[in-house]
Parts: sequence; C-alpha cells; structure tokens
Amino acid sequence: MKVITANRLLSGEVVWLGDGGRWVERVTLARIFEGKEAVAEGLAQGMASKDRQEVVDVYELDVTVEGGVIVPVRLREKIRAAGPTIHPDLGKQAQAVTA
Amino acid sequence: MYRYDEFDASFVSQRTEQFKDQVRRRLAGELAEDEFKPLRLMNGLYLQLHAYMLRVAIPYGTLNARQMRKLAYIARTYDKGYGHFTTRQNIQYHWPRLEDTPKILEELAEVEMHAIQTSGNCIRNVTADHFAGAAADEIADPRPYAEILRQWSSLHPEFSFLPRKFKIAITGAPHDRAAVQTHDIGLQLTRNDAGETGFVVFVGGGLGRTPMLARKVRDFLPEEDLLAYSEAILRVYNRYGRRDNKFKARIKILVHETGLEELKADIEQEFEKIRFGVLRLPEEEVHRIEAYFAPPPLEVGAATSAAVDRRRESDAAFAQFVAHNLNAHRVPGYTSVTLSLKPIGGVPGDASAEQMEAIADLAEKYGHDEIRISHEQNVILPHVKLDDLPALFDALVAADIAEGNAGLVTDIIACPGMDYCALATARSIPVAQRISERFGAAERQAEIGEMKIKISGCINACGHHHVGHIGILGLEKKGEEFYQLTLGGSANENASIGEIVGRGFSSDEVVDAVETLIDTYLGLRSGKEETFLEAYRRVGEDPFKEALYGAA
Repeated sequence: MKVITANRLLSGEVVWLGDGGRWVERVTLARIFEGKEAVAEGLAQGMASKDRQEVVDVYELDVTVEGGVIVPVRLREKIRAAGPTIHPDLGKQAQAVTA
Repeated sequence: MYRYDEFDASFVSQRTEQFKDQVRRRLAGELAEDEFKPLRLMNGLYLQLHAYMLRVAIPYGTLNARQMRKLAYIARTYDKGYGHFTTRQNIQYHWPRLEDTPKILEELAEVEMHAIQTSGNCIRNVTADHFAGAAADEIADPRPYAEILRQWSSLHPEFSFLPRKFKIAITGAPHDRAAVQTHDIGLQLTRNDAGETGFVVFVGGGLGRTPMLARKVRDFLPEEDLLAYSEAILRVYNRYGRRDNKFKARIKILVHETGLEELKADIEQEFEKIRFGVLRLPEEEVHRIEAYFAPPPLEVGAATSAAVDRRRESDAAFAQFVAHNLNAHRVPGYTSVTLSLKPIGGVPGDASAEQMEAIADLAEKYGHDEIRISHEQNVILPHVKLDDLPALFDALVAADIAEGNAGLVTDIIACPGMDYCALATARSIPVAQRISERFGAAERQAEIGEMKIKISGCINACGHHHVGHIGILGLEKKGEEFYQLTLGGSANENASIGEIVGRGFSSDEVVDAVETLIDTYLGLRSGKEETFLEAYRRVGEDPFKEALYGAA
C-alpha cells in the first residue's frame, strides 16, 4: 500500500498525490495505490507534474491505514507528514486540517 | 573586521542577480530540476525533509551587530522566526520558499553576506578558532589568513568542480579550538626559531562514514607560501582524487590510498612549480588584510573585577556562568564570553530572531560590535570588559541565553537529524534534549566537569560524533531509531577518533546508557581534576564496556 509524495517547487511544501491527480498537503488525503501497476501509474502522474514545474523530488512510500487514517510506515515519512517532533508549533502538525 | 572592497561587492551582487535569473528560468520551465539543482546548491539552497533550507556563510564565524540583525530580520520575514547555527560556523534557515531566496540573497548582500560555496564540491567556508583575535594563548589572529584563503578560493575556476567538498580550518593558538585535524586542510599558526610566522599543515582529515585524522605534511610552511601550497594540495587532489565513488572522493581517502609520503612528494613537486608565481603572498598584502581585523581599542585593566567577585558570592547562576563561559583574553581586564545556545532541554544551535537581536544589541553595548559563532554552535562576544559582566549577564538572562554550561555535559553538539534532514537515519535533537534535561542541574554538571557529547543523525557525521568524548550516532534498525555510542574522541590538538563500545541502544535506552558511562567515569576518576577523556585514555574502554553490557 503506497502513496506518492513530492515537494512543491515554489514553496518546498510537502505534498502527496490525491484524487484526480491533484496534490494535497495532508497525507491523510492522499490517494492510496495498491499493486505495482497502480504505483507506476501514480509515479508517472507525479513525474508529469514535475515536468510541468509544479513539484520536485517525486517518490513513493509505504503506508498503512489505521482506524481509517493513512499513516506512513517509516518514521522519516511520519515526521515529514507532521513536522519536526521537537517543534509541535511548526509544520503541518501546527496547521488547521485542510487540503 | 574585514569589509568588502568594490570587487567583493560587485561579485556578490552579480552572483545574486545570476541566481535570481536562474530561479526565474527554473520557474518558467527553462531549467529542469536536474539542471537547476547544482545551481541552487552552489548558492546554499537545499531541499530538506519539510522544505527548502538555505545555508548562509559566516566567514570564519565572524560577524557584527548589523549583520546579526539582518540574520534576525531574515528569520522573521522569510522564515519561521529562528535560525540554526551549525558546526561549520554558518547559519541555516529551515523553511525558506524558493521564490523568496533571490530576495533573501539581496538582503544578505546589503550587509556583505552571501550563501556562496556553502554547498557543492568546492572549497567551503573557511572556519577558524572562535576566540580568534582575543585569546590569551594565541600566536596570531588566524582570521586574516582565513580571509586570504576565502578570497583565493571564492569561485576559483580550477576548484569549482572538485571530486568532493573541501573544508579548511585554521587556528592561531596551540590549543586547537578549530578542530583542524578533522578538516581536509588544517592549519595551525606557528613561529619558527627566527620568529617568523608560518603554519603547521595537516591534510586529509575528515569525519563522515570513514573518519580519519589529518596527517601532518609540513612542520613549518612560511606565511608567503600559504596560497601556493594550498593550491598545490588542491591541484593534487583535483587530479588524483577519486570521482568514481562519492563515498571515496574526499582527500582523506586519497591520502589513505596513495600513502602520505607519495602524496607529500606530489604536493611538493606541484608547489615547486608555482611557489614563486602569482600566488606568493606579499607581506604588504598580509598587513593590508590584517588591518581589517585590527583589534578594537582595549584599555588594559585589572586582571580581576571586584564587581564580578561581589556578584559571584551572592548569585549562584552568575557564579556558574563566570566559571564556565569565559575564555582568557590577551588583554587584562577583558574576557571572551560564550553565549550558550544550549538552554537546558533546548535545541542546540537554534536562536530566535529576538535572541539574535538581543545578541546584536549586547555586542554593540558591551562587545565592541564583534560577534563570533563557534563550531560548537554557540555565540561568542570576544571582547567584554570584566566589569561589564554582571550587567551583560542580566541582559542574557532576559534573552534566555545565560546558561552557564559552556564545555559541560549539556553543551552538546547535535546535527538537525531526522527532524529536518533528508539524509538522516534517526533524530539527534530529541536525544540532546533528553540528555540535557537528565544532567541539567548545575551541581551535577559542575561535578561531571569538561565533557563533549556530540550527536549525529546519520553516518555523514555533521554532529561530529567521532570526536565527541561520548559520541552518539543515530541509525535505523528494523524501522526503529537506534544509537551507537563511541568513546574517547577528541577534536583538539590531541585529536582522536572515538571507538565503538558495543551494540547500539534504542531511543528509550540511550540516555540511560550515557548516564551509565558518566557514572562509571565519576566512580573511577583519579580526582575531580581528571576529565572524562583523560580517565578514558588512562583506563581504556573495559570498565565502560562492562558497565554498559555486563562482564564478558
């Protein structure tokens, strides 16, 4: 079970690929890709967006769904999805939940 | 201090314009990311875990109040209100937007600062002793030479695409506070029997995944040969350094694989070709640059201060501060003061915009407008009158930068780690914070005495763990953070690489493990005067190993 992530070119903001090929700023709103082909398709969408100068550093990552919520598997990606653990006042964890 | 001449000013402003245009072309799609990435890196702009990161050069860690205020202004205006001072005497902003960076570089250029060569495979910011120009034990101020090296290495066409990055450090005192032996080139100012100034030259030091101490290649390099000899080293490295494997590309590997004698011969041969050429350093030029670093007018005063003594008796926090955060000044009546960026439980090296502004104000009021950043991630006011210490301390308390812990167990170096860094395999800062809280009591710290704990969040070793008395390396094992401990490292004139003591510890265990090491030291030291490092060197690793893992 995977999601596709990147950073917005202009701001550097961490984003994930959501429904309809739209980038979302919350991992919980990401679209889940299951199976090799689906992931490849998701990556291709991300790379196309990169080619349009919208994002940089496109890659896939493993996630699980816990209580209906998407959670990255690796700590690195958990921190990336939330913000620095030492600064709960900074990053996505400090922002209101919106797409 | 050094002021830009017209050449520097136009060079930096041209570079800023150039980068502005590169960003414009990137946003317009004329440059792809693969083309743009090396360009942004050469201007100090990285992409990290949460955002871009901009690394700004603070040449040899020296700046003035105006520059510090600009750093504060940038933190507040373009970032999230703080900056992070690094082990290379630079400052990093962790949240800038790409579209704002040309403007940030313009702001920096207004105060003669920039981000050039803070990344990329080039000669990086030359670092120096943070007490340069002030320390009582100094032979000469190393900064004029650091500045000469900066001018020589800035956009040096031959050395802009080296096999890998290249770091030079210089110290002017026999007690090495600049960790010169862990640099690609380390320079130690010295005088020969005739009283002439020169350098002991070390080559091939470095930390990272293959830590090595530098090897001495010259006992005495005359001052006039500084640039020609440096150029000879760089030429040999540029020619023979490995480009096939990023992890084997630093000059330390070349020294190791070629052998010191052969490499020395190569350097000397190259040096002979160029030593009498344009790079020969004229004495007048050295004096011209030295004039920029002319010390402020300091009146010789009494070596002790009644005001300090009185306050010390009535104020334990002040007494602790005075006991640990002062460094002997060459002028009686003055001292160099360390402003600790290591509050108990805080983030090592972070300073808020307000703190930066407070530091700028205090530098003007009490410190002849001079500020230094140390590679230990603290701020120094190098020239403070002893009599001003009580008033300075009160102002530091108000700004929350009055921790009297310089050189103690809570004065921890830590890289940003996995809280920010895209390369990290584990977090560093939370470990530093927990250690700081565990040992934060003043009496406990004083009891433990001199102790250097250094923490890196991956094998690249930005947190210098290899040269920590206790080094902590954060790794990932089966999806969990775990921490490997090394003992006995040191970055001073008696440098050594720490040794791994045994299996690593989980995040939950690591602070207890550090406490076990410290308690073991306290139990076996010959007296209060014997530091952790001295005790370790005397008894070896066995007692520590046994305390951590039980008898073999």
